[in-house]
Amino acid sequence: MIRFLLYRLALLVPTFIGVSIVAFAFIRMLPGDPILLLAGERGMTEERYQQLQHLYGFDQSIFVQYFNYVADLLSGDFGTSIVTKRPVLEEFFTLFPATLELSLCAIIVATAIGIPAGVFAAVKRGSWLDQSIMGVALVGYSMPIFWWGLLLIIFFSGMLQWTPVSGRISLIYFFPQVTGFMLIDSLLSGQKGAFTSAASHLILPTIVLATIPLAVIARQTRSAMLEVLGEDYVRTARSKGLPPMRVIGLHALRNALIPVVTTIGLQVGVLLAGAILTETIFSWPGIGKWMVDSVGKRDYSVVQGGLLLIAAIIMIVNLLVDVLYGLINPRIRR
Amino acid sequence: MKTMKTLLAATILAAGFATAASAKTLVYCSEGSPEGFDPALYTAGTTFDASSKPVYNRLVEFKRGTTEITPGLAESWDVSDDGMEYTFHLRPGVKFHTTDFFSPSREMNADDVIFSFDRQLSKDNPFNAYVEGASWEYFNGMSMPDLIKSIDKVDDMTVKFVLNRAEAPFLANLAMDFASVVSKEYADKLKDGGNLSDLNQKPVGTGPFQFVAYQPDAVIRYKAFADYWNGKQPIDDLVFAITTDASVRQQKLTAGECQVMPYPNPADLQALKDNADINVMEQQGLNVGYLAYNTQQAPFDNPKVRKALNMAINKQAILDAVFQGAGQAAKNPIPPTMWSYNDDIKDDPYDPEASKKMLEEAGVKDLSMKVWAMPVQRPYNPNARRMAELIQEDFSKVGVKAEIVSYEWGEYLQRSKATDRDGAVLLGWTGDNGDPDNFLAVLLGCDAVGGANRAQWCNEEFDALIKKAKSGTQEERTKLYKEAQVVFKREAPWATIAHSVVFMPMRSNVTGYVMDPLGGHWFDGVDISE
Repeated sequence: MIRFLLYRLALLVPTFIGVSIVAFAFIRMLPGDPILLLAGERGMTEERYQQLQHLYGFDQSIFVQYFNYVADLLSGDFGTSIVTKRPVLEEFFTLFPATLELSLCAIIVATAIGIPAGVFAAVKRGSWLDQSIMGVALVGYSMPIFWWGLLLIIFFSGMLQWTPVSGRISLIYFFPQVTGFMLIDSLLSGQKGAFTSAASHLILPTIVLATIPLAVIARQTRSAMLEVLGEDYVRTARSKGLPPMRVIGLHALRNALIPVVTTIGLQVGVLLAGAILTETIFSWPGIGKWMVDSVGKRDYSVVQGGLLLIAAIIMIVNLLVDVLYGLINPRIRR
Repeated sequence: MKTMKTLLAATILAAGFATAASAKTLVYCSEGSPEGFDPALYTAGTTFDASSKPVYNRLVEFKRGTTEITPGLAESWDVSDDGMEYTFHLRPGVKFHTTDFFSPSREMNADDVIFSFDRQLSKDNPFNAYVEGASWEYFNGMSMPDLIKSIDKVDDMTVKFVLNRAEAPFLANLAMDFASVVSKEYADKLKDGGNLSDLNQKPVGTGPFQFVAYQPDAVIRYKAFADYWNGKQPIDDLVFAITTDASVRQQKLTAGECQVMPYPNPADLQALKDNADINVMEQQGLNVGYLAYNTQQAPFDNPKVRKALNMAINKQAILDAVFQGAGQAAKNPIPPTMWSYNDDIKDDPYDPEASKKMLEEAGVKDLSMKVWAMPVQRPYNPNARRMAELIQEDFSKVGVKAEIVSYEWGEYLQRSKATDRDGAVLLGWTGDNGDPDNFLAVLLGCDAVGGANRAQWCNEEFDALIKKAKSGTQEERTKLYKEAQVVFKREAPWATIAHSVVFMPMRSNVTGYVMDPLGGHWFDGVDISE
């Protein structure tokens, strides 16, 4: 197991270097010059342009720029945003807890509903229940997030007024951030109603963000379950006279979970991508919106740093999934 | 221990807020996050709304709802006869905000004013590069380093600006956001503590509201400054709820989660106007959208050809389709709300037949040209692609074949400056300081050819008029600018297309809100009736 872990860890190094090159090159390949965008219609003189090129280090060769960038990274410096003039790392860690909180809620909801739904659909294969679950999953999977989010806001917040429109907590509550997780901070604040407010603000964005992963998990669980349910050992378990719940829950599901866990791990990327749109609709102050804005403004250091940090998170989650996979399936460990 | 301290602070803050729960709070659904809180570092209106407008004051201010200059931190000023020296007499008894991170020991004086400009001007000032990439864009963009020879302290309450040349718009420049006066005492304290960047994170000013807290991308909190020199505000707390999506802002306003919102979707305006709880204010924006020909290239070097093409454009169709009613046809290069606007000028009529004839007379046959469409949305042009398509159709009616081209925004701005550029460019301008010089000299002066003068148009008569108008009284300047507009219309370097109309929906119990022709959002003087 340790060898397996070390191998996986060693793989992270080249991946990380690769990502740093891609992140660095990607934003520079897009047409558009951050300095010209900064000046806008006003424009600037050639002399001033050269001054600013020098100020940001863009007058150096691309290799020198990359070398400086990596050297800074190694000393923990992710650079400074060209637009806001604030350190990238500081901006990232201010905004990241909001994305993490939303993503965690979404993945919990997606798993908690998706797995049982998939199991039901598999067990009742071909029934109307199976067909409706899979039908809904297909619709969920194809749902354009932006449209779905606005629809929920108009219906639940606008017409029924059950949920707040956007934001993380009602503006009447005001307390300093301790953990950055609004649910926890609202409890710590001790203000009456703060937790309920934070929770109610999470409902719609969680539904929107969980929709696609939920559909994927349900479909994956169903097909994995169908495969496993047809295996000999399941038939043996059944013929031994074990109660159906035990056969499904213990024998079948445990094995069916292996591909499902991988799927859940892969959903982290989907979640972060979905967070971009979800955060925009719900004015959720996370890293998704931050990244989109920076690409628009060609804020090189933010795009580079942000991509790298997000990639690091995805890599770590994938590593955890691999480890978990090894725990569930001993064959992988060798 | 640190957690305990934070918790304790949280409890104290919470208790403080609970007692103030009955206070009058105005929530503004703002359209984006400020880049920071030092207005001199940035150029975005969103940043100014959150920094210079609530927190700071300037030596002179724009009178609410106008572009007229009124006293601000300077009670009065004298201008020398040659227009080269401006002496400002500061207002006594102006206090800086007392916050939980700074308590001022003195009132505002000449040191603060000098520091505010010196940090932008002088490389030796410790705050000149206090954040990485500080480039003082507006200060440089308005050519202040070339203009200002020196800033002298005459005494504690008198500051003298000596200029290198007479420049009448200088006073208006000093009312702009970058000229906000910051506290030198606060800056010194930050320098001693080694946390210079707090000047950009935790602002201290003399303005009507003092900064309380900012959660990035979520909310900014201010409270009314009790000792504000112009009297305490009617509301107690001002909250910016950052809501980037226009549809969501509208939902929040309708649900009463905020009281004021900027930039509604044009398509939602009718629903907002029909809502009895919502009042929609409107004002002409201080901007112009135009199509600039390249006047250095044949056949566009012939004013007759330009004029003919102008007559082929159906502006009303553009206003209906592109502005959806939120615009007004433009006949002059400056908007009607600006002083010296020449209303006697007659716009070129929409007349395809006459246009065709004029082109024939000019010897233009089978003309093919490019029309550049901006890739971004701007107040002066909400949909350049659509506008270009309409112009293409109009031109085809007079036998001119137009091809639409577009580039990435930065590229577009850069390429359109080239004097050998092929084609006519759609672009526009939003005023900075309400001075006609800010439109006419910046966009049409000979010095701006190869730069912001996208028509590459250098007309001696016009240029002499606007250069002369750089000094003198407003009356004299008005006369010159009116003449310049006549020359502009005759020579037609642009097809002037539209000025936008800006809408501002708010709950009907909001009183005292005044729209700013310069596009800013101000909350001093605003109240909420019960």
